[in-house]
Amino acid sequence: MKSYSKTTPYLFIGPALILLALFSLFPIVVALVISFTDIDLAGLADYSNISFIGIENYLNIFKDPIFLKSIGNTIFYVVFGVPLVIACSLGIALLINFGTARIFKAFRLVFYMPSITNVVAVAVVWTYLYNPQFGLFNYLLGLVGIPAIPWLQDPTIAKGSLIALAVWRAIGVNMIIFLAALQGIPKTYYEAAQLDGANNWKQLTKITIPLLRYAIFFVSITTMIGWIQFFEEPFVMTKGGPLDSTTSVALFIYRNGFQLSNFGYAAAGSFVLFIAIIIITMIQFRLQKKETDF
Amino acid sequence: MKTKVSDAKKAYRTQQWIAGIVLTLGGLLVAIPFIWMILSAFKPESEVLQLTPTLWPETFTAENFVYLFENMNFGVYLKNTIIVVLCSFVGLFFNAMAGYAFAKYKFKGRDKLFYLVLATMMIPGQVTMIPVYLILNQMGLTNTMAGVVLPGLVGAFSIFLFRQFMSTIPDELLEAARLDGASEFRVFMQLILPISKPIMAVQGILTFIAGWNSFLWPLIIANDESLYTLSVGLSLLKGQYGGNFALQMAGSTFMVVPIVIIFIIFQKHIIEGYTISGMK
Repeated sequence: MKSYSKTTPYLFIGPALILLALFSLFPIVVALVISFTDIDLAGLADYSNISFIGIENYLNIFKDPIFLKSIGNTIFYVVFGVPLVIACSLGIALLINFGTARIFKAFRLVFYMPSITNVVAVAVVWTYLYNPQFGLFNYLLGLVGIPAIPWLQDPTIAKGSLIALAVWRAIGVNMIIFLAALQGIPKTYYEAAQLDGANNWKQLTKITIPLLRYAIFFVSITTMIGWIQFFEEPFVMTKGGPLDSTTSVALFIYRNGFQLSNFGYAAAGSFVLFIAIIIITMIQFRLQKKETDF
Repeated sequence: MKTKVSDAKKAYRTQQWIAGIVLTLGGLLVAIPFIWMILSAFKPESEVLQLTPTLWPETFTAENFVYLFENMNFGVYLKNTIIVVLCSFVGLFFNAMAGYAFAKYKFKGRDKLFYLVLATMMIPGQVTMIPVYLILNQMGLTNTMAGVVLPGLVGAFSIFLFRQFMSTIPDELLEAARLDGASEFRVFMQLILPISKPIMAVQGILTFIAGWNSFLWPLIIANDESLYTLSVGLSLLKGQYGGNFALQMAGSTFMVVPIVIIFIIFQKHIIEGYTISGMK
Protein backbone atom coordinates (compact mmCIF):
# COMPACT_ATOMS: atom_id res chain seq x y z
CA MET A 1 0.00 0.00 0.00
CA LYS A 2 1.31 3.36 -1.00
CA SER A 3 -0.70 6.38 -0.08
CA TYR A 4 1.79 9.18 -0.54
CA SER A 5 2.36 10.97 -3.78
CA LYS A 6 5.48 10.44 -5.81
CA THR A 7 6.89 13.85 -5.06
CA THR A 8 6.56 13.64 -1.26
CA PRO A 9 9.88 11.86 -0.61
CA TYR A 10 11.72 14.36 -2.76
CA LEU A 11 10.19 17.23 -0.82
CA PHE A 12 11.49 15.67 2.37
CA ILE A 13 15.04 15.11 1.19
CA GLY A 14 15.07 18.29 -0.92
CA PRO A 15 16.35 20.93 1.50
CA ALA A 16 19.13 18.77 2.93
CA LEU A 17 20.20 17.41 -0.44
CA ILE A 18 20.27 20.79 -2.15
CA LEU A 19 22.48 22.17 0.62
CA LEU A 20 24.78 19.14 0.56
CA ALA A 21 25.06 19.32 -3.21
CA LEU A 22 25.79 23.03 -3.14
CA PHE A 23 28.30 23.02 -0.28
CA SER A 24 29.87 19.56 -0.45
CA LEU A 25 29.62 17.95 -3.88
CA PHE A 26 29.67 20.88 -6.28
CA PRO A 27 32.68 22.44 -4.49
CA ILE A 28 34.75 19.36 -5.34
CA VAL A 29 34.24 20.07 -9.04
CA VAL A 30 34.98 23.75 -8.52
CA ALA A 31 38.13 22.94 -6.55
CA LEU A 32 39.36 20.61 -9.28
CA VAL A 33 38.71 23.16 -12.01
CA ILE A 34 40.29 26.13 -10.24
CA SER A 35 43.32 24.10 -9.25
CA PHE A 36 44.28 24.29 -12.94
CA THR A 37 43.88 28.07 -13.05
CA ASP A 38 45.66 31.08 -11.57
CA ILE A 39 42.55 32.53 -9.91
CA ASP A 40 43.30 35.17 -7.26
CA LEU A 41 41.62 38.35 -6.00
CA ALA A 42 41.81 39.97 -9.45
CA GLY A 43 40.25 36.87 -10.94
CA LEU A 44 37.54 36.92 -8.33
CA ALA A 45 36.59 40.46 -9.29
CA ASP A 46 36.57 39.78 -13.01
CA TYR A 47 36.54 36.28 -14.42
CA SER A 48 38.33 37.40 -17.61
CA ASN A 49 41.49 37.76 -15.52
CA ILE A 50 41.59 34.02 -14.91
CA SER A 51 43.69 31.92 -17.20
CA PHE A 52 44.06 28.21 -17.51
CA ILE A 53 47.59 27.17 -16.58
CA GLY A 54 47.42 23.38 -16.68
CA ILE A 55 49.26 21.52 -13.97
CA GLU A 56 51.56 24.41 -13.14
CA ASN A 57 50.09 24.80 -9.64
CA TYR A 58 50.81 21.16 -8.89
CA LEU A 59 54.37 21.43 -10.20
CA ASN A 60 55.01 24.59 -8.21
CA ILE A 61 53.54 23.34 -4.99
CA PHE A 62 55.94 20.42 -4.85
CA LYS A 63 58.79 22.89 -5.25
CA ASP A 64 57.43 25.14 -2.50
CA PRO A 65 59.72 24.70 0.53
CA ILE A 66 56.95 25.70 2.94
CA PHE A 67 54.58 23.12 1.47
CA LEU A 68 57.24 20.42 1.76
CA LYS A 69 57.92 21.50 5.30
CA SER A 70 54.20 21.39 6.10
CA ILE A 71 54.05 17.84 4.74
CA GLY A 72 56.94 16.89 7.02
CA ASN A 73 55.21 18.51 9.99
CA THR A 74 51.94 16.76 9.22
CA ILE A 75 53.73 13.41 9.04
CA PHE A 76 55.29 14.23 12.42
CA TYR A 77 51.83 14.94 13.85
CA VAL A 78 50.43 11.68 12.46
CA VAL A 79 53.36 9.50 13.53
CA PHE A 80 53.33 10.72 17.12
CA GLY A 81 49.72 11.79 17.49
CA VAL A 82 47.87 8.68 16.33
CA PRO A 83 49.62 6.14 18.60
CA LEU A 84 49.41 8.55 21.54
CA VAL A 85 45.68 9.08 21.11
CA ILE A 86 45.03 5.35 20.79
CA ALA A 87 47.25 4.43 23.75
CA CYS A 88 45.80 7.09 26.05
CA SER A 89 42.15 6.58 25.19
CA LEU A 90 42.41 2.79 25.23
CA GLY A 91 44.34 2.80 28.49
CA ILE A 92 41.80 5.05 30.18
CA ALA A 93 38.90 3.04 28.79
CA LEU A 94 40.44 -0.20 30.13
CA LEU A 95 40.95 1.29 33.57
CA ILE A 96 37.44 2.72 33.72
CA ASN A 97 35.98 -0.56 32.52
CA PHE A 98 38.02 -2.47 35.09
CA GLY A 99 36.76 -0.39 38.00
CA THR A 100 33.67 -1.52 39.86
CA ALA A 101 33.15 1.41 42.23
CA ARG A 102 30.70 4.14 41.34
CA ILE A 103 33.37 6.80 41.07
CA PHE A 104 34.62 5.21 37.83
CA LYS A 105 31.50 6.46 36.04
CA ALA A 106 32.41 9.99 37.04
CA PHE A 107 35.81 9.56 35.39
CA ARG A 108 34.05 9.12 32.05
CA LEU A 109 32.76 12.64 32.43
CA VAL A 110 36.08 14.14 33.41
CA PHE A 111 37.97 12.62 30.50
CA TYR A 112 35.21 13.40 28.02
CA MET A 113 35.00 17.06 28.97
CA PRO A 114 37.91 18.43 26.89
CA SER A 115 36.43 17.12 23.66
CA ILE A 116 33.30 19.27 23.81
CA THR A 117 35.03 22.52 24.58
CA ASN A 118 35.70 25.24 22.07
CA VAL A 119 39.04 24.85 20.34
CA VAL A 120 39.81 28.57 20.38
CA ALA A 121 39.07 28.90 24.09
CA VAL A 122 41.16 25.85 24.83
CA ALA A 123 44.03 27.05 22.68
CA VAL A 124 43.94 30.41 24.45
CA VAL A 125 44.07 28.67 27.82
CA TRP A 126 46.92 26.39 26.81
CA THR A 127 48.89 29.27 25.34
CA TYR A 128 48.73 30.80 28.80
CA LEU A 129 49.74 27.52 30.46
CA TYR A 130 52.66 27.25 28.03
CA ASN A 131 53.76 30.86 28.52
CA PRO A 132 57.49 30.79 29.31
CA GLN A 133 57.29 33.50 31.98
CA PHE A 134 53.86 33.36 33.54
CA GLY A 135 52.72 29.90 32.54
CA LEU A 136 51.73 27.27 35.06
CA PHE A 137 53.74 24.47 33.44
CA ASN A 138 57.10 26.18 33.75
CA TYR A 139 56.26 27.29 37.27
CA LEU A 140 55.51 23.71 38.31
CA LEU A 141 58.70 22.50 36.65
CA GLY A 142 60.59 25.22 38.47
CA LEU A 143 59.28 23.92 41.80
CA VAL A 144 61.01 20.59 41.21
CA GLY A 145 64.12 22.28 39.90
CA ILE A 146 63.73 21.73 36.16
CA PRO A 147 64.72 24.77 34.06
CA ALA A 148 62.05 26.53 31.99
CA ILE A 149 61.08 24.83 28.74
CA PRO A 150 60.38 26.97 25.63
CA TRP A 151 57.08 25.21 24.97
CA LEU A 152 56.04 27.14 21.88
CA GLN A 153 59.31 28.82 20.96
CA ASP A 154 61.49 25.87 20.05
CA PRO A 155 60.63 24.33 16.65
CA THR A 156 60.55 20.70 17.81
CA ILE A 157 59.12 21.26 21.28
CA ALA A 158 56.37 23.43 19.78
CA LYS A 159 55.18 20.50 17.68
CA GLY A 160 55.11 18.33 20.78
CA SER A 161 53.22 20.99 22.73
CA LEU A 162 50.53 21.16 20.04
CA ILE A 163 50.29 17.39 20.01
CA ALA A 164 49.82 17.34 23.79
CA LEU A 165 46.89 19.74 23.48
CA ALA A 166 45.31 17.81 20.62
CA VAL A 167 45.69 14.47 22.43
CA TRP A 168 44.05 16.01 25.48
CA ARG A 169 41.08 16.96 23.30
CA ALA A 170 40.91 13.68 21.39
CA ILE A 171 40.82 11.28 24.34
CA GLY A 172 37.14 11.73 25.20
CA VAL A 173 35.35 10.58 22.08
CA ASN A 174 37.71 7.68 21.43
CA MET A 175 37.52 6.54 25.04
CA ILE A 176 33.73 6.34 24.71
CA ILE A 177 34.05 4.27 21.53
CA PHE A 178 36.45 1.88 23.28
CA LEU A 179 34.20 1.67 26.34
CA ALA A 180 31.21 0.76 24.16
CA ALA A 181 33.29 -1.94 22.48
CA LEU A 182 34.60 -3.25 25.81
CA GLN A 183 31.09 -3.61 27.16
CA GLY A 184 30.24 -5.73 24.14
CA ILE A 185 32.76 -8.45 25.09
CA PRO A 186 30.94 -11.35 26.81
CA LYS A 187 31.95 -11.81 30.46
CA THR A 188 32.06 -15.58 29.99
CA TYR A 189 35.30 -15.30 28.00
CA TYR A 190 37.07 -13.87 31.01
CA GLU A 191 35.52 -16.39 33.39
CA ALA A 192 36.75 -19.24 31.23
CA ALA A 193 40.22 -17.71 31.04
CA GLN A 194 40.33 -17.27 34.80
CA LEU A 195 39.42 -20.91 35.29
CA ASP A 196 42.35 -21.78 33.07
CA GLY A 197 44.55 -19.66 35.33
CA ALA A 198 45.22 -16.80 32.90
CA ASN A 199 46.46 -13.68 34.65
CA ASN A 200 45.31 -10.15 33.92
CA TRP A 201 48.01 -9.49 31.36
CA LYS A 202 47.20 -12.68 29.47
CA GLN A 203 43.51 -11.84 29.51
CA LEU A 204 44.27 -8.38 28.18
CA THR A 205 46.54 -9.48 25.35
CA LYS A 206 44.74 -12.69 24.38
CA ILE A 207 41.10 -11.68 24.78
CA THR A 208 40.53 -7.97 25.11
CA ILE A 209 42.91 -6.53 22.52
CA PRO A 210 42.07 -9.08 19.78
CA LEU A 211 38.35 -8.52 20.32
CA LEU A 212 38.82 -4.78 20.20
CA ARG A 213 40.51 -5.05 16.82
CA TYR A 214 37.63 -3.49 14.95
CA ALA A 215 37.28 -0.60 17.38
CA ILE A 216 41.03 0.04 17.25
CA PHE A 217 40.90 -0.01 13.47
CA PHE A 218 38.01 2.46 13.41
CA VAL A 219 39.66 4.80 15.88
CA SER A 220 42.99 4.68 14.11
CA ILE A 221 41.45 5.59 10.75
CA THR A 222 39.33 8.46 12.07
CA THR A 223 42.18 9.72 14.25
CA MET A 224 44.63 9.60 11.38
CA ILE A 225 42.28 11.51 9.08
CA GLY A 226 41.82 14.03 11.86
CA TRP A 227 45.58 14.52 12.31
CA ILE A 228 46.13 14.88 8.57
CA GLN A 229 43.69 17.78 8.68
CA PHE A 230 45.22 19.25 11.86
CA PHE A 231 44.42 22.94 11.68
CA GLU A 232 42.87 24.89 14.53
CA GLU A 233 45.50 24.29 17.19
CA PRO A 234 48.46 25.57 15.18
CA PHE A 235 46.29 28.32 13.70
CA VAL A 236 45.28 29.78 17.05
CA MET A 237 48.38 28.99 19.11
CA THR A 238 51.43 29.44 16.92
CA LYS A 239 50.17 30.71 13.55
CA GLY A 240 52.42 28.00 12.15
CA GLY A 241 55.60 29.38 13.70
CA PRO A 242 58.33 29.42 14.84
CA LEU A 243 59.85 29.34 11.34
CA ASP A 244 56.89 27.35 9.96
CA SER A 245 57.83 24.44 12.19
CA THR A 246 54.21 23.86 13.21
CA THR A 247 52.56 24.68 9.87
CA SER A 248 50.36 21.77 8.84
CA VAL A 249 49.18 21.13 5.30
CA ALA A 250 45.70 22.34 6.23
CA LEU A 251 47.11 25.56 7.64
CA PHE A 252 49.21 26.01 4.50
CA ILE A 253 46.05 25.71 2.39
CA TYR A 254 44.15 28.16 4.55
CA ARG A 255 46.96 30.65 4.46
CA ASN A 256 47.39 30.52 0.71
CA GLY A 257 43.66 30.66 0.13
CA PHE A 258 42.47 33.28 2.55
CA GLN A 259 45.50 35.33 3.53
CA LEU A 260 47.39 35.38 0.24
CA SER A 261 44.27 34.86 -1.94
CA ASN A 262 46.01 32.36 -4.23
CA PHE A 263 42.81 30.38 -4.61
CA GLY A 264 44.01 28.18 -7.47
CA TYR A 265 47.27 27.32 -5.76
CA ALA A 266 45.52 26.54 -2.48
CA ALA A 267 42.97 24.36 -4.28
CA ALA A 268 45.83 22.37 -5.78
CA GLY A 269 47.21 21.90 -2.26
CA SER A 270 43.85 20.75 -0.99
CA PHE A 271 43.64 18.14 -3.73
CA VAL A 272 47.04 16.79 -2.81
CA LEU A 273 45.73 16.47 0.76
CA PHE A 274 42.53 14.79 -0.42
CA ILE A 275 44.41 12.22 -2.48
CA ALA A 276 46.78 11.53 0.42
CA ILE A 277 43.80 10.85 2.70
CA ILE A 278 42.22 8.49 0.17
CA ILE A 279 45.45 6.56 -0.36
CA ILE A 280 46.18 6.20 3.35
CA THR A 281 42.64 5.05 4.09
CA MET A 282 42.84 2.49 1.32
CA ILE A 283 46.15 1.16 2.60
CA GLN A 284 44.69 0.81 6.08
CA PHE A 285 41.70 -1.10 4.77
CA ARG A 286 44.08 -3.42 2.90
CA LEU A 287 46.14 -4.05 6.01
CA GLN A 288 43.03 -4.66 8.07
CA LYS A 289 41.78 -7.17 5.52
CA LYS A 290 45.06 -9.04 5.56
CA GLU A 291 45.03 -9.19 9.34
CA THR A 292 41.57 -10.70 9.54
CA ASP A 293 42.42 -13.27 6.92
CA PHE A 294 44.15 -15.60 9.32
CA MET B 1 42.11 -23.09 49.62
CA LYS B 2 40.33 -20.50 51.71
CA THR B 3 43.43 -18.34 52.09
CA LYS B 4 44.04 -18.52 48.39
CA VAL B 5 40.62 -17.13 47.66
CA SER B 6 41.02 -14.32 50.15
CA ASP B 7 44.47 -13.61 48.74
CA ALA B 8 43.01 -13.31 45.27
CA LYS B 9 40.31 -11.02 46.61
CA LYS B 10 42.89 -8.88 48.31
CA ALA B 11 44.96 -8.64 45.15
CA TYR B 12 41.84 -7.70 43.24
CA ARG B 13 40.99 -4.96 45.72
CA THR B 14 44.52 -3.56 45.48
CA GLN B 15 44.24 -3.54 41.71
CA GLN B 16 40.97 -1.66 41.96
CA TRP B 17 42.63 0.90 44.17
CA ILE B 18 45.57 1.28 41.81
CA ALA B 19 43.22 1.79 38.86
CA GLY B 20 41.32 4.40 40.85
CA ILE B 21 44.48 6.27 41.83
CA VAL B 22 45.90 6.26 38.30
CA LEU B 23 42.61 7.60 36.95
CA THR B 24 42.42 10.26 39.66
CA LEU B 25 45.89 11.52 38.78
CA GLY B 26 45.09 11.43 35.07
CA GLY B 27 41.78 13.15 35.68
CA LEU B 28 43.49 15.88 37.66
CA LEU B 29 45.94 16.38 34.82
CA VAL B 30 43.06 16.63 32.35
CA ALA B 31 41.16 19.03 34.59
CA ILE B 32 44.07 21.39 35.32
CA PRO B 33 43.49 23.63 32.27
CA PHE B 34 39.83 24.09 33.25
CA ILE B 35 40.59 24.81 36.89
CA TRP B 36 43.38 27.20 36.03
CA MET B 37 41.23 28.98 33.45
CA ILE B 38 38.31 29.56 35.81
CA LEU B 39 40.45 30.64 38.75
CA SER B 40 42.57 32.99 36.64
CA ALA B 41 39.46 34.58 35.15
CA PHE B 42 38.57 35.97 38.55
CA LYS B 43 42.02 37.36 39.34
CA PRO B 44 42.96 40.97 38.63
CA GLU B 45 45.54 41.38 35.90
CA SER B 46 48.32 42.26 38.31
CA GLU B 47 47.86 39.01 40.21
CA VAL B 48 48.06 36.92 37.06
CA LEU B 49 51.36 38.55 36.18
CA GLN B 50 53.03 37.72 39.51
CA LEU B 51 56.06 35.51 39.15
CA THR B 52 54.80 33.14 41.86
CA PRO B 53 51.28 32.38 40.73
CA THR B 54 48.49 32.05 43.27
CA LEU B 55 46.13 29.12 42.97
CA TRP B 56 43.13 30.73 44.64
CA PRO B 57 42.50 34.38 43.66
CA GLU B 58 43.76 36.66 46.44
CA THR B 59 41.47 39.42 45.33
CA PHE B 60 38.35 38.04 43.81
CA THR B 61 37.09 40.20 40.96
CA ALA B 62 34.55 40.06 38.14
CA GLU B 63 35.99 43.10 36.36
CA ASN B 64 37.42 40.97 33.54
CA PHE B 65 33.95 39.84 32.57
CA VAL B 66 32.59 43.38 32.82
CA TYR B 67 35.44 44.57 30.59
CA LEU B 68 34.56 41.97 27.94
CA PHE B 69 31.06 43.33 27.59
CA GLU B 70 31.77 47.00 28.09
CA ASN B 71 34.99 47.54 26.18
CA MET B 72 34.84 44.64 23.75
CA ASN B 73 31.80 43.57 21.80
CA PHE B 74 31.13 40.33 23.59
CA GLY B 75 27.43 41.16 23.73
CA VAL B 76 27.33 41.29 19.93
CA TYR B 77 29.40 38.11 19.63
CA LEU B 78 27.04 36.36 22.02
CA LYS B 79 24.01 37.46 20.00
CA ASN B 80 25.60 36.21 16.77
CA THR B 81 26.54 32.91 18.35
CA ILE B 82 22.96 32.42 19.50
CA ILE B 83 21.72 33.17 15.97
CA VAL B 84 24.14 30.57 14.59
CA VAL B 85 22.90 28.03 17.14
CA LEU B 86 19.24 28.70 16.32
CA CYS B 87 19.89 28.39 12.59
CA SER B 88 21.73 25.13 13.09
CA PHE B 89 18.55 23.75 14.65
CA VAL B 90 16.78 24.50 11.37
CA GLY B 91 19.53 22.43 9.77
CA LEU B 92 18.88 19.67 12.28
CA PHE B 93 15.24 19.68 11.21
CA PHE B 94 16.27 19.30 7.54
CA ASN B 95 18.51 16.40 8.52
CA ALA B 96 15.66 14.72 10.35
CA MET B 97 13.37 15.17 7.34
CA ALA B 98 15.91 13.68 4.98
CA GLY B 99 16.68 10.84 7.37
CA TYR B 100 12.99 10.05 7.60
CA ALA B 101 12.52 9.98 3.83
CA PHE B 102 15.53 7.69 3.39
CA ALA B 103 14.23 5.39 6.12
CA LYS B 104 10.54 5.20 5.35
CA TYR B 105 9.82 6.10 1.72
CA LYS B 106 10.47 4.07 -1.38
CA PHE B 107 11.40 6.26 -4.30
CA LYS B 108 13.44 6.21 -7.43
CA GLY B 109 17.15 6.65 -6.83
CA ARG B 110 16.85 6.35 -3.06
CA ASP B 111 19.86 4.14 -2.48
CA LYS B 112 22.03 6.02 -4.93
CA LEU B 113 21.19 9.34 -3.32
CA PHE B 114 21.85 7.90 0.12
CA TYR B 115 25.29 6.68 -0.91
CA LEU B 116 25.94 10.12 -2.31
CA VAL B 117 25.05 11.59 1.08
CA LEU B 118 27.42 9.16 2.81
CA ALA B 119 30.17 9.96 0.33
CA THR B 120 30.14 13.61 1.38
CA MET B 121 31.40 12.50 4.79
CA MET B 122 34.73 11.57 3.23
CA ILE B 123 35.39 15.00 1.76
CA PRO B 124 37.88 16.89 3.89
CA GLY B 125 36.89 20.41 4.89
CA GLN B 126 40.03 21.90 3.37
CA VAL B 127 38.99 20.84 -0.12
CA THR B 128 35.58 22.49 0.04
CA MET B 129 36.75 25.52 2.00
CA ILE B 130 37.95 27.60 -0.95
CA PRO B 131 35.26 26.68 -3.51
CA VAL B 132 32.50 27.24 -0.94
CA TYR B 133 33.93 30.67 -0.30
CA LEU B 134 33.91 31.36 -4.05
CA ILE B 135 30.34 30.08 -4.36
CA LEU B 136 29.15 32.22 -1.46
CA ASN B 137 30.98 35.15 -2.97
CA GLN B 138 29.20 34.55 -6.27
CA MET B 139 25.86 34.46 -4.43
CA GLY B 140 26.75 37.74 -2.76
CA LEU B 141 26.66 36.17 0.69
CA THR B 142 30.14 37.01 1.95
CA ASN B 143 30.03 39.11 5.07
CA THR B 144 26.41 38.16 5.80
CA MET B 145 24.88 35.97 8.47
CA ALA B 146 23.45 33.65 5.81
CA GLY B 147 26.96 33.04 4.52
CA VAL B 148 28.19 32.18 8.00
CA VAL B 149 25.39 29.72 8.63
CA LEU B 150 24.66 28.00 5.31
CA PRO B 151 27.83 25.91 4.71
CA GLY B 152 27.49 23.94 7.93
CA LEU B 153 23.72 23.70 8.04
CA VAL B 154 23.24 20.06 7.10
CA GLY B 155 25.50 17.12 7.77
CA ALA B 156 25.68 13.66 6.29
CA PHE B 157 26.47 11.95 9.58
CA SER B 158 23.39 13.41 11.20
CA ILE B 159 21.17 12.31 8.28
CA PHE B 160 22.70 8.85 8.61
CA LEU B 161 21.94 8.62 12.34
CA PHE B 162 18.35 9.79 11.82
CA ARG B 163 17.86 7.22 9.10
CA GLN B 164 19.24 4.46 11.30
CA PHE B 165 16.92 5.33 14.13
CA MET B 166 13.80 5.97 12.07
CA SER B 167 14.03 2.75 10.11
CA THR B 168 13.22 0.94 13.37
CA ILE B 169 9.80 2.65 13.54
CA PRO B 170 7.16 0.11 12.39
CA ASP B 171 5.40 0.86 9.10
CA GLU B 172 2.01 -0.06 10.57
CA LEU B 173 2.17 3.02 12.74
CA LEU B 174 2.53 5.23 9.68
CA GLU B 175 -0.25 3.42 7.84
CA ALA B 176 -2.59 3.89 10.76
CA ALA B 177 -1.91 7.62 10.86
CA ARG B 178 -2.43 7.86 7.10
CA LEU B 179 -5.75 6.01 7.33
CA ASP B 180 -6.82 8.63 9.84
CA GLY B 181 -6.28 11.14 7.08
CA ALA B 182 -3.11 12.79 8.36
CA SER B 183 -1.00 14.45 5.68
CA GLU B 184 2.57 13.23 5.19
CA PHE B 185 4.02 16.31 6.80
CA ARG B 186 1.69 15.92 9.78
CA VAL B 187 2.69 12.29 10.17
CA PHE B 188 6.27 13.45 10.33
CA MET B 189 5.67 16.32 12.74
CA GLN B 190 3.23 14.69 15.13
CA LEU B 191 4.17 11.04 15.02
CA ILE B 192 7.75 10.56 13.85
CA LEU B 193 9.42 13.43 15.68
CA PRO B 194 7.92 12.56 19.09
CA ILE B 195 8.93 8.91 18.67
CA SER B 196 12.44 9.98 17.72
CA LYS B 197 13.02 11.82 20.96
CA PRO B 198 16.12 9.83 22.02
CA ILE B 199 18.01 10.51 18.79
CA MET B 200 16.69 14.08 18.75
CA ALA B 201 18.12 14.64 22.22
CA VAL B 202 21.59 13.47 21.22
CA GLN B 203 21.58 15.33 17.94
CA GLY B 204 20.12 18.43 19.55
CA ILE B 205 22.89 18.63 22.13
CA LEU B 206 25.61 17.93 19.59
CA THR B 207 24.11 20.55 17.28
CA PHE B 208 24.05 23.07 20.09
CA ILE B 209 27.69 22.38 20.95
CA ALA B 210 28.79 22.56 17.31
CA GLY B 211 26.89 25.79 16.74
CA TRP B 212 28.21 27.38 19.91
CA ASN B 213 31.76 26.43 18.99
CA SER B 214 31.57 27.33 15.27
CA PHE B 215 34.77 29.02 14.25
CA LEU B 216 35.97 28.45 10.71
CA TRP B 217 33.06 29.81 8.64
CA PRO B 218 32.47 32.87 10.76
CA LEU B 219 36.21 33.51 10.51
CA ILE B 220 36.29 33.18 6.72
CA ILE B 221 32.99 34.84 5.84
CA ALA B 222 32.67 37.65 8.37
CA ASN B 223 34.83 40.69 7.69
CA ASP B 224 32.74 42.86 9.91
CA GLU B 225 33.12 42.65 13.63
CA SER B 226 29.34 42.90 13.93
CA LEU B 227 29.10 39.37 12.49
CA TYR B 228 31.76 37.74 14.68
CA THR B 229 30.84 34.78 16.84
CA LEU B 230 32.28 34.24 20.30
CA SER B 231 35.13 32.04 19.11
CA VAL B 232 36.20 34.49 16.41
CA GLY B 233 35.92 37.31 18.94
CA LEU B 234 38.04 35.35 21.35
CA SER B 235 40.79 34.79 18.81
CA LEU B 236 40.66 38.53 18.10
CA LEU B 237 40.99 39.16 21.82
CA LYS B 238 44.04 36.93 21.92
CA GLY B 239 45.62 39.00 19.17
CA GLN B 240 44.74 42.40 20.67
CA TYR B 241 45.32 41.70 24.35
CA GLY B 242 48.14 39.18 24.01
CA GLY B 243 49.62 40.00 27.40
CA ASN B 244 46.41 40.28 29.40
CA PHE B 245 45.91 36.71 30.46
CA ALA B 246 43.21 37.39 33.03
CA LEU B 247 41.03 38.92 30.32
CA GLN B 248 41.72 36.03 27.95
CA MET B 249 40.83 33.52 30.64
CA ALA B 250 37.59 35.38 31.33
CA GLY B 251 36.71 35.19 27.63
CA SER B 252 37.54 31.49 27.52
CA THR B 253 35.56 30.81 30.68
CA PHE B 254 32.60 32.59 29.17
CA MET B 255 32.79 30.24 26.16
CA VAL B 256 33.55 26.99 27.94
CA VAL B 257 31.46 27.05 31.10
CA PRO B 258 27.99 27.14 29.44
CA ILE B 259 28.93 24.11 27.35
CA VAL B 260 30.25 22.25 30.38
CA ILE B 261 27.03 22.95 32.28
CA ILE B 262 24.84 21.79 29.39
CA PHE B 263 27.06 18.76 28.99
CA ILE B 264 26.78 17.79 32.66
CA ILE B 265 22.99 18.13 32.56
CA PHE B 266 22.60 16.04 29.41
CA GLN B 267 25.67 13.83 29.61
CA LYS B 268 23.66 10.66 29.93
CA HIS B 269 22.06 11.22 26.54
CA ILE B 270 25.34 12.05 24.85
CA ILE B 271 27.33 9.11 26.13
CA GLU B 272 24.46 6.71 25.57
CA GLY B 273 23.92 8.20 22.14
CA TYR B 274 27.40 7.13 21.18
CA THR B 275 26.56 3.64 22.31
CA ILE B 276 23.30 3.65 20.32
CA SER B 277 25.01 4.80 17.16
CA GLY B 278 28.04 2.64 17.81
CA MET B 279 25.99 -0.54 18.01
CA LYS B 280 24.51 -0.23 14.55
